[in-house]
Amino acid sequence: MPRAAHSREDEYVSTDVTTPRATRPMTGRVVAGVAIGLAEHLHVRVWAVRVAFVVLTFAGGIGLVLYVAFWAALPLNTQAATDPTVARSSDTTRLLSLIVIVVGIGLSLAALGVDFARGAVLPLLIAIVGAALIWRQTDDEQRDTWSAAASKAAQQTVDTSAAAGRWRIAVGIVLVVFALVALLLSQTGPAAALQGLSAALLILGGVALVTFPWIYRLLREQSQQRRALIRAEERADIAAHVHDSVLQTLTLIQRASDDPQEVARLARTEERALRSWLYAPDGDPERTFAAALKRDAADIESSYDATIELVTVGDTDLDPALSALVAAAREAMVNAARHGGHEASVYAEVDEHMAEVFIRDHGSGFDLESIPADRHGVRESIIRRMERNGGSATVRSSPETGTEIQLRLPRDSDVTP
Amino acid sequence: MTQLRLVLVDDHAMFRAGVRAELGNDFDIVGEAADVDEAIRVIRATIPDVVLLDVHLPGGDARAVLDGCLPHVPATRFLALSVSDASDDVVATVRGGARGYVTKAISGPELREAIQRTADGDAVFSPRLAGFVLDAFAGGAAEHDDEIDRLTPREREVMRLIARGYTYREVATELVLSIKTVETHVSAVLRKLQLSNRRELARWASDRKLI
Repeated sequence: MPRAAHSREDEYVSTDVTTPRATRPMTGRVVAGVAIGLAEHLHVRVWAVRVAFVVLTFAGGIGLVLYVAFWAALPLNTQAATDPTVARSSDTTRLLSLIVIVVGIGLSLAALGVDFARGAVLPLLIAIVGAALIWRQTDDEQRDTWSAAASKAAQQTVDTSAAAGRWRIAVGIVLVVFALVALLLSQTGPAAALQGLSAALLILGGVALVTFPWIYRLLREQSQQRRALIRAEERADIAAHVHDSVLQTLTLIQRASDDPQEVARLARTEERALRSWLYAPDGDPERTFAAALKRDAADIESSYDATIELVTVGDTDLDPALSALVAAAREAMVNAARHGGHEASVYAEVDEHMAEVFIRDHGSGFDLESIPADRHGVRESIIRRMERNGGSATVRSSPETGTEIQLRLPRDSDVTP
Repeated sequence: MTQLRLVLVDDHAMFRAGVRAELGNDFDIVGEAADVDEAIRVIRATIPDVVLLDVHLPGGDARAVLDGCLPHVPATRFLALSVSDASDDVVATVRGGARGYVTKAISGPELREAIQRTADGDAVFSPRLAGFVLDAFAGGAAEHDDEIDRLTPREREVMRLIARGYTYREVATELVLSIKTVETHVSAVLRKLQLSNRRELARWASDRKLI
């Protein structure tokens, strides 16, 4: 447990020493990274260390004991973990390598004349596998905590690996318990085994009772530390964002203070950016209908110096027809921003039967019939485009009420839940 | 006709000064407050006709002011004002008893009209609030037997036109109704918004820890 607290400081200390303090790397490892860590520390080849461990294992199991001891003693290298792009070996590969190692040891022992059927060898091997599983899991959790703190992208990995981790721990515990019971049974009769088990349970319960407050406090402190870390990062995020956006814009506004139009434009652009950052319900503009409209409205506001009030009801994933609707709406918004007195209201509603967008401005209006046929804008980009996609476009315009372009797209054909 | 008496509640002195400069000639601004406690004190002392209430305040939010005042000043009407577009804020404030909601970006003449409308006991819906309402009352009409949990087709039409940026007058012309009828529909929607038990509304409210 104290390893976690020390390791980071140790890293900083070790940077100015030529021989690095031995640590266990988080990547490229077979079991727990002990061999790699030692190899780096001693400046020898990894395979040499591995062979040494294997050879020593046959010298009365010293290799195995040493390995476990180093595993416990060497801290995790938390710095290397900050690169989330480094691929990790998959769960199955790791489990397979573990099994291969254990079976290998077992076979070698058998070759040396150890009798598996009798005595404590098989249960012990099973217990080792179970313990290794649990140890590895706690290791992984510690590692994931660090990588998650380092990058938010890794958060998902933590979430998905948490469930798998619980399974691994459960399997490990079952293996260990099974092995211990088997050991007990093979050494004594069933009655004595039961007696021994209940005594063991009693003692375990007592220990749990005594150490509970201490463990509880430790756990709570740990979660508090994590929360503090997350909060500090959030604060740094906000500071960085404010610096990049709001402060920059304020500087620009000061410089442009004699140009009211430019000031208004800057303020509006910044307001929009800040708002979407604060309330961030935005989907991906490449993917959803409402987000795509929002992006286009923001574009047009800043390029045409207009105010577009956009209200959307419902949302859905974009398909080709909806994308065409967004493109037509964009055209209509440009039209409103140019000729509509710099103010427009856009209302979009989408449900499973129909998608509709209304673009309204208070300009002087125009007469559709009077537009020359070769003008591309309204006729081609809006009306024809809607018709090609099975929808329709209506233009209502008068000098008193301004212009409203209504776009409708029936969606009955595709079934969206 | 006597001037309407107003109280401004907003924690930004600059915003209060701006509103005062814009409305000072048309309304009698009898008090200002910058936080929840001060607001409750000032409103109870002055009993204004209309309170312009910022949604976010130090020491609580608009809901705390509404809870602290409504039982004591039944004749006072509240108009929520906010820079926030977050639906839970807005819906929670309206469900707390505000007669309407406008954004701070609203123009002077529109704000004057909204205050007058609020004072008259009508509801004030911005396009965005209309959008929220349509979102909240969308679909599932069959599963809501209670009349309070769904909009009538006429109310839906009115809401959609308001969301499209139509003024009450333009809505009336479009639907061939009198303005009074449009106001009645909007007030009915406001009542439903305040009283309905629809899941979506309950969720918004619970997000703001109001339940």
